[in-house]
Amino acid sequence: MDILYKVFIEPFVFMGEAPDLLLQTLWEGLVSGVLYALIALGFVLIFKASGVFNFAQGIMVVFSALILVGLYEKGVPAFLALILAIGAMLLLAVAVERVVLRPLVNQPDIILFMATFGLTYFLIGLGELIFGGNPKEMITGPLFLPQGTTELEMFGGLVRFQHLDIAAAVIASIMIGLLAVFFSKTRIGRALRAVADSHKAALSVGISLNQIWVIVWFAAGIVALVAGIMWGARSGVSFSLQIIALKALPVLILGGFTSIPGAIIGGLIIGVGEKLGEFYWGPLVGGGIETWLAYVIALLFLLYRPQGLFGEKIIERI
Amino acid sequence: MFYREAGQFKSTYPADMAIFPLREDRIGIAVIILAAYSLAFLGNAFLLQAVMIPFLVFSLAAIGLNILTGYAGLLSLGTGAFMGVGAYACYKLMTAFPDVNVIVWIFVSGFFSAAIGALFGLPSLRIKGFYLAVATLAAQFFLQWCFIRIPWLVNYNVSGALDAPLRTLFGIPVLGATATPQTRYLVVLTIVILLTWVASNLVHGRIGRAWIAIRDMDLAAELMGIRPLQTKLLAFAVSSYYCGVAGALLVFLWYGGAEYDVFNINQSFFILFMVIIGGLGSLIGSFFGAALIFILPIVLGIVLPAMLSPFGLSVGADVIEHLRFMIVGALIIFFLIVEPHGLARLWQIGKQKLLVWPFPY
Repeated sequence: MDILYKVFIEPFVFMGEAPDLLLQTLWEGLVSGVLYALIALGFVLIFKASGVFNFAQGIMVVFSALILVGLYEKGVPAFLALILAIGAMLLLAVAVERVVLRPLVNQPDIILFMATFGLTYFLIGLGELIFGGNPKEMITGPLFLPQGTTELEMFGGLVRFQHLDIAAAVIASIMIGLLAVFFSKTRIGRALRAVADSHKAALSVGISLNQIWVIVWFAAGIVALVAGIMWGARSGVSFSLQIIALKALPVLILGGFTSIPGAIIGGLIIGVGEKLGEFYWGPLVGGGIETWLAYVIALLFLLYRPQGLFGEKIIERI
Repeated sequence: MFYREAGQFKSTYPADMAIFPLREDRIGIAVIILAAYSLAFLGNAFLLQAVMIPFLVFSLAAIGLNILTGYAGLLSLGTGAFMGVGAYACYKLMTAFPDVNVIVWIFVSGFFSAAIGALFGLPSLRIKGFYLAVATLAAQFFLQWCFIRIPWLVNYNVSGALDAPLRTLFGIPVLGATATPQTRYLVVLTIVILLTWVASNLVHGRIGRAWIAIRDMDLAAELMGIRPLQTKLLAFAVSSYYCGVAGALLVFLWYGGAEYDVFNINQSFFILFMVIIGGLGSLIGSFFGAALIFILPIVLGIVLPAMLSPFGLSVGADVIEHLRFMIVGALIIFFLIVEPHGLARLWQIGKQKLLVWPFPY
């Protein structure tokens, strides 16, 4: 009985007793959720347009952030470095399309998935070769990213809001808004949606698949750069970020592989669920449950709704 | 010329369905096994310890994953954790019952891994493809967390690491610090050959056909009377059994002792590389894949400095390491483009060419 009390009653009593702590935890969860969502967004963009499950999204986050920081350290002005980093992502998109995707067109999904593994290894090697394996500080000041914290007094306690986190949330929202407009209002956006629906039909009305692939990989690269800047500003730019990017996978499960709003909401749910679980239930089993809780949430979710929250209902049920 | 079907007549159905219907194939496999055993006496300790033992261990794990991914079509990213279950189970059994022969425990530990594998295979009944891959990631991270957080698994020792106690077979130490690479190699080789033989019989028999049917079209398979539940769970169990035994071998017969970190997500990816590069749905491909993925970086580590030095480029060990990553990555993409069906397919093509030589077909 004692264990039931500890699992089902005590955490909630504690939440009620200290609403400021609850709010702080929720906020932390939302912020990391936004970052998960940004990475998941990159996955979704590429998966929608080319059906490739892009494992390299995580390393693209690290790689783009490394280019930015690396150039800045060499004395390039921050904004020029930003533009050059975007240029590098474009270059990467073109190269991936030419060297990896085009020769592998029409291969089974798992082969393309595997090819992105190869790409991951290549980028890890290249990144470490050029920039070295040490973690780097993300530049914040020259990019006008705010620093510092605001402490608000509420519910009988202090709740801290890092300015950087607020900026991250705002920038992510703007980014998502821009993508939504891009997808629904522009010519290329419509072409992208056509490709997502059916490759063959899109080809037959004269949409160039190769061009579309370059565009989505470029878009995913920009999303990766933004995620890299935000995450780098929080915890430094290092290759370990790449494993954290695996957290985007449960987000995808939750939101559905093909849904942009799904990626966002899935990210927020995973982020909040993870932080709440770790803070209130983690101590019961010795802590550290953050590493797997997201996957278990996704796993349980899968059993009830295999297509995700917003995904298209194409999952075959057996 | 050396490889001809002509003149080899089969007079029974079993002979026609044999795994090695050609006499040359049978001779070839006998020669390979003989060579593998004689390597124990010819090769030096470095070759056995740093190349051959890990190669065999990874081959076994790759066979395990290949049964699941290649034959039953279920993608798994939890291989590393399942290997870990085998290793920890073996450690617990070995230390709890020190009188029983260690070889018995290595085989038994696989069953623990099989049970855990079947448990985490349950979602495969409702989902497949990448969704299933994420479900198995849950297994990977959850089990890894268990390895860290449950000190009972390592008998409450302070370091939290697994270590190989001294165990003997026929009076010769096979485990622990005094065991020579030679003995360990022979033990690993025998276990791998035995389990490969079992796997070969499994995948060529009724069970294997059921797996392949489920992989190719689950609906049709179900209509033919194959039960998806049992078939898929059996695939998970058998696959995890192989991975579990491989994990036990990895820790106790290769490393001699290890921490939970050996069974991390990278290990899972590593095995998946081997399976895909080697060839999905091919046992021999598992060996090829393990050879390429494991031995290639070692060879590159030796060859690269030698290749770069004539150009006056003396490079540090770290640069070599980075170049190695890049080359392995590029080679993975290259192999996928050249032969998406893996090295096993190249092997098949080569054999076919030999059969018809000197004619093109």
